[in-house]
Amino acid sequence: MFRNVAELVQLAESQGIKIAEVMIRQEIEETGRSREEIFTQMDRNLQVMEQAVMKGLAGVSSHSGLTGGDAVLLQNYIREGRFLSGETILDAVSKAVATNEVNAAMGIICATPTAGSAGVVPGTLFAVKEKLHPTREQMVEFLFTAGAFGFVVANNASISGAAGGCQAEVGSAAGMAAAALVEMAGGTPSQAAEAMAIALKNMLGLVCDPVAGLVEVPCVKRNAMGAANAMVAADMALAGIKSRIPCDEVIEAMYRIGETMPTALKETAQGGLAATPTGRALAAKIFGVPNDHRE
Amino acid sequence: MKYRSVFDIIGPIMIGPSSSHTAGAARIGRVARSLFGRMPKWAHISFYGSFAQTYKGHGTDVAIVGGLLDFDTFDERIKSSLEIAKQEGMEVVFYEEEAVPNHPNTARVRIGDEQGELELVGISIGGGKIEITELNGFELKLSGHHPALLIVHNDRYGTIASVANVLAKYAINIGHMEVSRKEKGKEALMTIEVDQPIDASIIEELSQLPHIIQVTKIVD
Repeated sequence: MFRNVAELVQLAESQGIKIAEVMIRQEIEETGRSREEIFTQMDRNLQVMEQAVMKGLAGVSSHSGLTGGDAVLLQNYIREGRFLSGETILDAVSKAVATNEVNAAMGIICATPTAGSAGVVPGTLFAVKEKLHPTREQMVEFLFTAGAFGFVVANNASISGAAGGCQAEVGSAAGMAAAALVEMAGGTPSQAAEAMAIALKNMLGLVCDPVAGLVEVPCVKRNAMGAANAMVAADMALAGIKSRIPCDEVIEAMYRIGETMPTALKETAQGGLAATPTGRALAAKIFGVPNDHRE
Repeated sequence: MKYRSVFDIIGPIMIGPSSSHTAGAARIGRVARSLFGRMPKWAHISFYGSFAQTYKGHGTDVAIVGGLLDFDTFDERIKSSLEIAKQEGMEVVFYEEEAVPNHPNTARVRIGDEQGELELVGISIGGGKIEITELNGFELKLSGHHPALLIVHNDRYGTIASVANVLAKYAINIGHMEVSRKEKGKEALMTIEVDQPIDASIIEELSQLPHIIQVTKIVD
């Protein structure tokens, strides 16, 4: 069983196999289930992701009314063709937003690695699908690759906002997506690890400060930027750029930052954006009472 | 290593909005329901730490009650679980606790009816994964690495051997086992971690053994 990214890359490169294949083989060994069973379960996750993206792109609204409809705005904007960045990256952003808008509306999603960060991996996957035209099997493999990197983060640091802040959720998701994008685009396992490192480095220190404790503000837009970050990090790694700090050390740094992060900034709705005048006013309006104990 | 499967990372399929505060809470509730073995008449649920601060926003309350109603993480009925509980005659009370827990996402669930009560403490460690740290006053030391069985039984000779025999018959290896009891001859708890997955049929067979009160699988 691989314990870190260095071992994961080594296992793939020494055998000349993909990161996805290393993850699949470990899953078979660890659970005793067949390859077919494992593949079918991941395909089911992919279906749920696809349905969530489609539902979000059709337009949803959360119970609180704080989020919803932004994925539609972005898709309309892309169609008008006046965008400044690029079509694929904006498509990824809109599909990440779509997923998290569905999540905020208590719709059905697949946690990747968590529900609050569920938009980044499917957002980027369904955007590059339009460009790389992968087979269904390659799309399922994308999820195994993302899962392999997330597996290392979960075991060596954290994927919980309450334990490690948003860097542990959207940060982990951005790293996972960046690595999987590199592998799907034909990059090496080492390049996938570089992409993960580059993406995660730029999410370090990100706090979890949900307004009113809802997974809406700023979570939906953090997924948007997580997807954009993943796309750029993947392109940087594919261009041959390396992270000066190895991926495993970035993950270790993320863990230590999470440990020293104040509780007010770890999914308690007490600090950061949740504690702004507008954040507090929204919380009071939604729950109908002023949350004085959150001072 | 806390996480052993890729599906701990990519998954679960669930109702939003939070894997730890919604899906994890639903799983804690469902373990309680499964251990209790029937629909409870009342439920007293205490939230600690981040759970106490944000449970309304995350739907932790509807999720944990959904679990008590035996709903899975992706069951859309979770959204209206409080109304369903009312219709089913389950009285639910929530407490926001001030005490600082060891883990930020901690819930204490007390459920019961005329025939009995059950109390457990669950923590939600991220991505929908949970651990049960206390059951009916018994402290649980589950690593969470392996499938585990919780077996509530009467403290009688031969009970442990009969459970081990069933597991041996299906070539299931015990990696770790603890037995604890509150009082000699009264209710006791076996906590067994095994290396192989456990089918529902094996759980059924274990439940049929003499002196066994309740069998629950705790980690998939």
